[in-house]
This record gives sequence, C-alpha cells and structure tokens, in this order.
Amino acid sequence: MTTTSASQSCAACPAHNLSNLKKLGVNMTSWDYVIALAGNPNTGKSTVFNALTGLRQHTGNWPGKTVVRAEGGFQYGGSRYKIVDLPGTYSLLSTSTDEDIARNFILFGQPDVTVIVLDASRLERNLNLTLQVLEITDRALICLNLMDESRRHQLHVNERALARELGVPVVPTSARHGEGIPELLQAIYEVASGQAVCKPHRIAARSKELQAAIQRIATNVEARFPGLTNARWVALRLLEGDPRIIEAVRTGELAELVTSKPETEAMPKAAA
Amino acid sequence: MNEAATVNSDILEEAASLRWEIGDNMHDSLIESIYEDAAKIADKVVTKIGEKPRFNWETTLDKLLTSRIFGFPLMVVMLTLVFWITISGANVPSGMLASVLIDQFHPMLKSLAATVGLPWWLDGLLIDGMYLAMAWVISVMLPPMAIFFPLFTLLEDFGYLPRVAFNLDNMFRRVGAHGKQSLSMTMGFGCNAAGVIATRVIDSPRERLIAIITNNFALCNGRWPTQILIATVFIGALAPAALSGLVSAVAVVSIALLGIFLTFLTSWALSRTMLKGEVSSFSLELPPYRPPRILQTLYTSLIDRTIIVLWRAIVFAVPSGIAIWLLSNIQISGNSLAEHIINFMDTFGLFIGLNGVILLAYILAIPANEIVIPTILMLTVLSAKMAGVGDGAGVMFELDDLSATMTVFQAGGWTLLTAVNLMLFSLIHNPCSTTIYTIYKETGSVKWTTLASLLPVVMGLVICFVVAQVWRLLF
Repeated sequence: MTTTSASQSCAACPAHNLSNLKKLGVNMTSWDYVIALAGNPNTGKSTVFNALTGLRQHTGNWPGKTVVRAEGGFQYGGSRYKIVDLPGTYSLLSTSTDEDIARNFILFGQPDVTVIVLDASRLERNLNLTLQVLEITDRALICLNLMDESRRHQLHVNERALARELGVPVVPTSARHGEGIPELLQAIYEVASGQAVCKPHRIAARSKELQAAIQRIATNVEARFPGLTNARWVALRLLEGDPRIIEAVRTGELAELVTSKPETEAMPKAAA
Repeated sequence: MNEAATVNSDILEEAASLRWEIGDNMHDSLIESIYEDAAKIADKVVTKIGEKPRFNWETTLDKLLTSRIFGFPLMVVMLTLVFWITISGANVPSGMLASVLIDQFHPMLKSLAATVGLPWWLDGLLIDGMYLAMAWVISVMLPPMAIFFPLFTLLEDFGYLPRVAFNLDNMFRRVGAHGKQSLSMTMGFGCNAAGVIATRVIDSPRERLIAIITNNFALCNGRWPTQILIATVFIGALAPAALSGLVSAVAVVSIALLGIFLTFLTSWALSRTMLKGEVSSFSLELPPYRPPRILQTLYTSLIDRTIIVLWRAIVFAVPSGIAIWLLSNIQISGNSLAEHIINFMDTFGLFIGLNGVILLAYILAIPANEIVIPTILMLTVLSAKMAGVGDGAGVMFELDDLSATMTVFQAGGWTLLTAVNLMLFSLIHNPCSTTIYTIYKETGSVKWTTLASLLPVVMGLVICFVVAQVWRLLF
C-alpha cells in the first residue's frame, strides 16, 4: 500500500508486535479504541476474547453461554484497547434480549472496530449475521475462526476471496490453539487506526418498490444527519418500524453517532 | 430544537406511509435477500477438498446420545460414572488434608496460642471457631471439587451439555416450561446462583421465572459433599465393601434425579397455576463435538471454579464457625444456648424424621450449605454429651474414620431414616443466601424471591414428613 522504511516494516510485522501485546485483564481505566466481538453462538468469541485480554472468562461448548457482555482490555502497539464480548446471536433483527444487546452496542456503543467471529466450517449460516453487521457499521473485520475444524471437515475457505466479497479484512484463526492471533491484532490495529479502509458489502433489496422506498428515506436521513455511514440501514429499520431506531431519529440521538466520532482519533498512532 | 423534532417526525411519517405501500412481505423478502447473498458468497469461497469420510462418527454419536431409547439411560450412566470417580477418588486426599490441617496444624496453633497467652475465649473463637471451620471446608470440599469440576468441564468442552438439553427439551415443553431451562438447570448442578443468572437465555418472563424458582432443585456443588458423605456412611455401608463406592454413587445419582423430577413437577404445577401461558419455541443448535483441551480445562476449572467456590465457602464458613462456637459456649442455666435450641426443635425434628441438631445446622448454614455436615457432627457430639470425641464445646472436627463418624451419628440417635431424610432435606430446602440474593437481583421482585425461597423448604418438610410416616409404618 505505502512505502515503508525498514524499521517501520519491522514494527508492522505481526511477529514483532506480538511481543508488544500487553494483556490488561479488567484493569482498564482509559482506552484509545473500543473493540466489539460479535458472531453466531458457539463460534469461539469468548476464546478470542480470552486470548486477547489474558482473562479467563469461562468458555464452554454450547450456544448461549455468554449472556452478559464481558469487558476486558489489552495494550498493543502503544494503544490501549477496550474489548467487549457480545452475546452470540444468529441475527440482529431484534427479536430477543441478546440480539438487542448486540445490535444496540454495535450501533450506539460506536465501537471503533467490530470483530465478527465466524465459524469457518459453517460459513454460510454465519454469513447471515455478518451481512447484517456490515449493514450497520463499516469499521469491521472478520475473524475466520475454527480453521482447524474446517480442515478436519475437509473444507477449504478462500479467505482472500471472502475479503473481496465482504469488503473488509479477513483473518483466519484457530483461537483455541492461539493460531492467527498476531495477525488478528495487526488487523484490528489497522482498522482502528484507519489504515485499512473498509467498503463493506451491502445487501441489495430485491423488489424495485422497496429499493425506491429505501432510497427516498435514506436520502432524507442523510440530509438530516450528514456524515451518517449507515443511512440505508436506518431507512430500512424505519420502514420495518423498529421502535428503538424510530426513537433515535425522533430524539435526534442518531446525530450524536456522527458528531461524537472524532476524526483525529482515527489517525495512526506511532507504534512503540 | 422543537423545529428539529418536527422535521424529524416527517421522516418517520414518510416511512410509515411507505410501509403501507410496500406491504407485509418486506421483512420476509429482506431476510430472503440476506440468505441469498450469504449462500452466494459461501458458494464462491468454500471448496470441498477430497471426499467426505464415509463413516461420520459425529452423526453416529449424536444419534446415540440423543436417541429416544438410549439418550436418557446414557445420561444417567454418565452421571453415575462421574460421581463414582469423584466419590472413590476424593476419599484419600480428603483424609490427607484433614490429617494435616486438623490433626497436626490445629494442636500446633493451640499450643502456640497457649504460649502467647491468648485468653481462652479468643483462642476458642479464633482457632476452634474460625480456623477449624475453614480447615473443615477445605478438606471436605477441595478434593471432590477438584475431581468433579474438571470432569464436568471436560464434558462441557466436548459438547455434551447441549445434547442433555436436547434430551430434556421435550419434557420441559410438556410441563409448560422453556426447553432452554435444561441449560440453566445443568448450570445449577455447579452452582444455583450461576444457574439463576444463566436463565437469562430464556426470553419469556413467565418461563424465566419458572426456571429461576425451580433452579434450586438442581443439586448444587455445596450440597454434593453432604450427599456424598451421608451416602457413603449410611448407604454404602449396607453393601459389601467392594460395591460400596458404586452403591453410594447410585444413591447420590438417585437424589440428583429426584431433583430433576421435582424440577419437572414444580414447573408443571407453576405453569398451571401462578404462571400460566404459552410455551415459546426456540431452536437449539447442537454444536460440533470438539476434542477437549485437557490441560487448559484442568487449569481453568481448578482456578476459576474450584478455587472461587472454595473461597466463597470459606468466607461464609468463618462467621458461621464463630456463631457455632458462641452458641455452644454461652451457657444459660447449666446448658449451652445450642442445647436449648436443639431441645426446643427436637420434637418437631423427630416428627418429620430428622432431629433438632439437623434443623439447627440448616439454620446456621443458610449462608453456605457447605458447612452443614461439620456443624451437624459438632452439634451431635455436643448434645449427646459424648466423652473423648472431638475437642470440646463448639469445636468443629472431622473424623478420619468413617466408622467413627458412624459412632457419633448412632450416639446422636440416628437411624437409616434420619440419613435418608437428611439427604432429601439437603436437596429440598431453601437456596443459600447468595442464590436468594441473585434471585432478587434477577427478578427485582420481593414476591418471587420469597416464593423461590420458601417453596422448597415447605416441600422439603412435607416430603420428609411423608417419608417418615411411611417408613415408620413399614419398619
């Protein structure tokens, strides 16, 4: 992408930076970036969370284990990150408490990066949630987890093609064995600092009427809330009559999502 | 500001009117497009390498573990096996810990106190009350927990718990409860407070309340040692030596199964009386079997579960140890306070096949069920006025030898009925104070917290009474 000097290449190398990883556990007083972990149930979000924070949040092989969001922190490359482990959900269409918690955090919690943890051996099912997350935020990356399991199932996932399709970085990992964690850290850093720019896949509405309706409302929403990155999604939720989003538009809360994101924070920090 | 609000509301009005034009199928068509895109992308990026193995052991195992015929028996066998390993494996280290902490350290502390010249009451309060309570809890609880928790965590890591939930789901549905209650119940086998928090996976408030109220019937970790000890001393002793471990394990599993049965019964009763309503459906994904990470599991289950639960037990046992010591050493007209209370409750206790000692022990042990057994032993010796056993009034002690434990119980007038009823009452009584507090925090309602606390005690007293009457008719 850019030309870098030798020392910079060194600092950018994942192997070099892993030694800079400082697991902070729950001792978080201030942070530079907020990371959200989203994904289907039982894809290893808590395992990724533990690998990054050094916490030992209980992990278990069953869906629905994480019912509250857990928070922890780590320091990497000179920046401090707060990481939030969201409850696993199959969708964000807001039909249950878990989905509400996850959806509201991704939207209103304004994480700097949303890491979507996918089960590589069950990609299609996992992509349903991924596509919905990518509608809400454009600062996301994919942690293609359970690569060991997908190999065991004789599946090969072309992560570069996936990254191209989704428009966000994809990092293959086996968090249980610590594989891919350095690369994941580097990718988080790049998205958080704005070095990697995402152009996420957006779902195409099939009916022409719907498309026209979304377009009309989205234009109005954009005009009212300039700088909003997910006007199309907001328009869709309004059409569906989502009470929480209607509320956010009525009170003007949506405007805060634009203004409270200082652009200076997106500047790359000097690697230590 | 006002202007902004009105401007924004015209967006909302526009959306509302467009919603009518588009019609109902918008939601479905949207979901269809999501699925279609997901399928397209997955198709592009995933390739199968080679042939799928002809024999799929995962499917075969699933068919077996969740089969209508074998699913439930396999579950019982698995539980029995886990408890058998726990019971027969915990005896030796328990004895070793007790001999170090109680037989060696305790006299050392006593003589140290004598050298320093501590007043007798301070020495009694600190060493006989606090220290022994702590030592007892460690030696009785640490070994079974250190075996039980890793085994349980391994099963969890492997992916067995959702299969249990799958097996039980149908039964929960039939009694009008949510299938996910099987998950919170399974958590309750570790700790009821954790089980109550785990009910958050249930969305419907009605079904969630049922799950919270009945979680206490899942025999928690604090009560396993009581069950294991009484089963070993009274029931295992009835069988030949070679089989006694297995017989004890079967007795403990029967109590656990009775707890599951009572969960169904109470859920059924609640969903037909106070908490009527529809059963909501849900989909439960059976996760893949994953080879458990043995070392990591050992480490986390030892550090996270064992040490934390043990610490909690100690924190609660220490004040209770003080209370017990005080009760046994404050004399009113020649008898200790504890004896007065025991005598007062004995008639009622015997009436329901227990005794005054057990009832007092349960009252003292509300903060932590873990100390029921040491308290019972200490109070029994006190009230039976046995000479040469234990170290004096208000001193909790442990007997290394099971037959010595038996002697104490017999001196206290215990029969097999007392033992059986103690096991029953240990399963069916109020939740510990931590769980009660958790229930209050989760429900935010005094009414439901009171019901969840009192319902099991009443049921326990009634069941013990019925068992005692039937027993006395038969024998």
